Amino acid sequence: MTTANPSIDQANTLPLKEKLAKTTAIQRRRAFLLTLPLVLFLLISFVFPIGQMLFNSIHNNKVSAVVPDFATAIQQWDGQGLPSEATFEIFVKDLAKAKKVREVGRTVGNMATRINYEMPGSRSLFTKSARKAGKIKQGPYKEALIKIDKKWANPQVWLTLQRASHDISPSFYVAAMDLKYNETGEVVEADELYQIYLDNFIKTLWLAALITFICVLLAYPVAYLLSVLPLRQSNLLMIMVLLPFWTSLLVRTTAWIAILQTEGVINDLLVYFGVIGDDGRIQMIYNQTGTIIAMVHILLPFMILPLYSVMKTIQPTYMRAALSMGSKPFYAYRRVYLPQTIPGLAAGTLLVFILAIGYYITPALVGGQDGLLISNLIAYHIQKSLNWSLGAALGTMLLVVVLLLYWVYNKLIGIDKLKFG
Amino acid sequence: MINFLQKSINNKGRAYFFLALATLSVVLLTGTMKAAVGFLLIFGTPLYFMEKMHDYSTTGERFTRYVFLVISASVLIFLIAPVLIIMPLSFNAEPYFTFTDGMLSFDSEAYSARWYLDILHNGMKAPEAIEGWWSDMWNNAQWVRAARNSFFIATVSAIIATTLGTLAALGLSRPEMPQRALITSLLISPMIVPLVITATGMFFFYSSIGIAKTYTGVILAHVTLGVPFVIITVTATLSGFDMSLVRASQNMGANGWTTFRRIIMPLILPGMISGALFAFITSLDEVVAVLFIADVEQRTIPRQMFSGIREQISPTILAVASILVVMSVALLTVLELLRRRSEKLRGMSPG
Repeated sequence: MTTANPSIDQANTLPLKEKLAKTTAIQRRRAFLLTLPLVLFLLISFVFPIGQMLFNSIHNNKVSAVVPDFATAIQQWDGQGLPSEATFEIFVKDLAKAKKVREVGRTVGNMATRINYEMPGSRSLFTKSARKAGKIKQGPYKEALIKIDKKWANPQVWLTLQRASHDISPSFYVAAMDLKYNETGEVVEADELYQIYLDNFIKTLWLAALITFICVLLAYPVAYLLSVLPLRQSNLLMIMVLLPFWTSLLVRTTAWIAILQTEGVINDLLVYFGVIGDDGRIQMIYNQTGTIIAMVHILLPFMILPLYSVMKTIQPTYMRAALSMGSKPFYAYRRVYLPQTIPGLAAGTLLVFILAIGYYITPALVGGQDGLLISNLIAYHIQKSLNWSLGAALGTMLLVVVLLLYWVYNKLIGIDKLKFG
Repeated sequence: MINFLQKSINNKGRAYFFLALATLSVVLLTGTMKAAVGFLLIFGTPLYFMEKMHDYSTTGERFTRYVFLVISASVLIFLIAPVLIIMPLSFNAEPYFTFTDGMLSFDSEAYSARWYLDILHNGMKAPEAIEGWWSDMWNNAQWVRAARNSFFIATVSAIIATTLGTLAALGLSRPEMPQRALITSLLISPMIVPLVITATGMFFFYSSIGIAKTYTGVILAHVTLGVPFVIITVTATLSGFDMSLVRASQNMGANGWTTFRRIIMPLILPGMISGALFAFITSLDEVVAVLFIADVEQRTIPRQMFSGIREQISPTILAVASILVVMSVALLTVLELLRRRSEKLRGMSPG
């Protein structure tokens, strides 16, 4: 190493222990420097954006950005009755000023939407009042505002405003957990009609578990067959596993639509053989069944491959030994073979489960209404309803579950053991 | 009676006799030959594989093995059938997503390549014109533009991901690497974190720095998603790497770059190419990040398929899908050849 040359004389005078420590430190630094570009790249392009997005789940300044003075003033209010006349005055002036703002994210409409999340139906209250606020030239502001709309006499409006004036608040987690604030500002269960998120979360976990279970059932015999067949034959059969694995996700989803739809291959075959009548075609897609079938197909290779690589290393002599000592085949299988495949089972199960709970594309295309998963709800809030903070709160909850499972995976199996093909 | 059954199953000839009997009853029950062929394929093929069983196997063993083979065969068919079935479907002469009666009776009229032509024609200003047809196709056909976008984005992101990923894998596989477990799990996490979360985060961040709806944004996203695959493949190649080769080269006065270029790179090249191919396929197949980050101008093939499935479902999608399947077969073959070469280079037994 050419760089070490100038310091050789000096290094020779150091005790061996220090010299060793120094060299090790240099080598450690070199190894780390090699990974540094990628680590930095991922920190900027991946970790930071996600962190920023997650911050959205507790941070929402739609009120303080629109009516800044009021947002500070309302904090003085003790929540009893209505706020003071001075607070009303600040609010009316802020509202009149805000009416003129056109900048996206700082309009009265943005604030109205924010309050509307917590008080459905209150949107027009803000837009209407903002239009008329400019006309209120002098006090008493309290009466003038209530004259515009009687709802301003309702303390709940002011409680909600006070709560939303905090830039940092847990309100979106409250919403994501199917809870809400009641008239006095306590957290209670939301109306049944609005309880969709926890149910969807549970449904996602349940569907992911079901898909993982089906994958285990289907993958185990195939992985075993691949591991015991002679290399030539098993390589041939392996193609049947690897080809779907490397085929585009959308291609496979398209194929399942062609196969499962009411005018599709399976229904046509069933009608052709007279199993069902032409009017009795089975709805197998655009519902939960479609999601399950397509996702099992897509995730099955992730179960087969780790199982196969573990089963490949199991000595057939163990089973033979157990059988020759008089064990019944099933008992020998349960006590000798099955325990040895546990590492592969654990790896496959965790991997499939992790991938299944975050799935988006397949449910979006073949899930219909009841086959949608939590990812689809997150995407809906980010792209359609534009309630980014709620989307972020749901995303955080999903991410926590996934990272926990990832941590378990790392502890049990080690991510560096992962292999493809 | 039980004794008789046992003897019959033990005897291979008798097993085939029973199969023939069962097939005959299927023919009588359904009244078609096609069902009988299907029945024979599913329940008869496993018998062929059982030829090799020992004569002393018991009935129970034979039965278990038979059931096991039927199940395995069905699962393998379940895996491969959807991928294969779209190919004949894409040659449908009618705009349907299923086999027409004509197709089932192998009527040549019922097959046509019109959907493959439609891939080119879709979006063209004048598909029938002779003059300027090529430039019209190249610039206006939607699928052609999507394909150009896909290949451009996939190539650039694969190159960046392979460069960064190989460097990092070299660091990670050094014995002195500090915090190896932590950094490895960080570098592989883009594969684990749900795509919706990644894509949303990137969408907000890239919008705020002005690279959303640009090629740069999409490429950065795809590099991020491709990196874990490069890390995994290259680290696997390096795991059998003989470090004394590096010491030997340095001993003979080579500097770091020369050692990498002349010693390390030739040996890990198959792994690097596999990693690059993985990153390439990942980008080629990725749609969630594209949905969030890309604009109409950056539409890729999967994005085009996504809206095709959602909006106007036509067999053109099946034609595109068939082409993609053929491409995956080609890529898979290359990967397999690379794997064999890598194992040969590292002195491992093939297989």
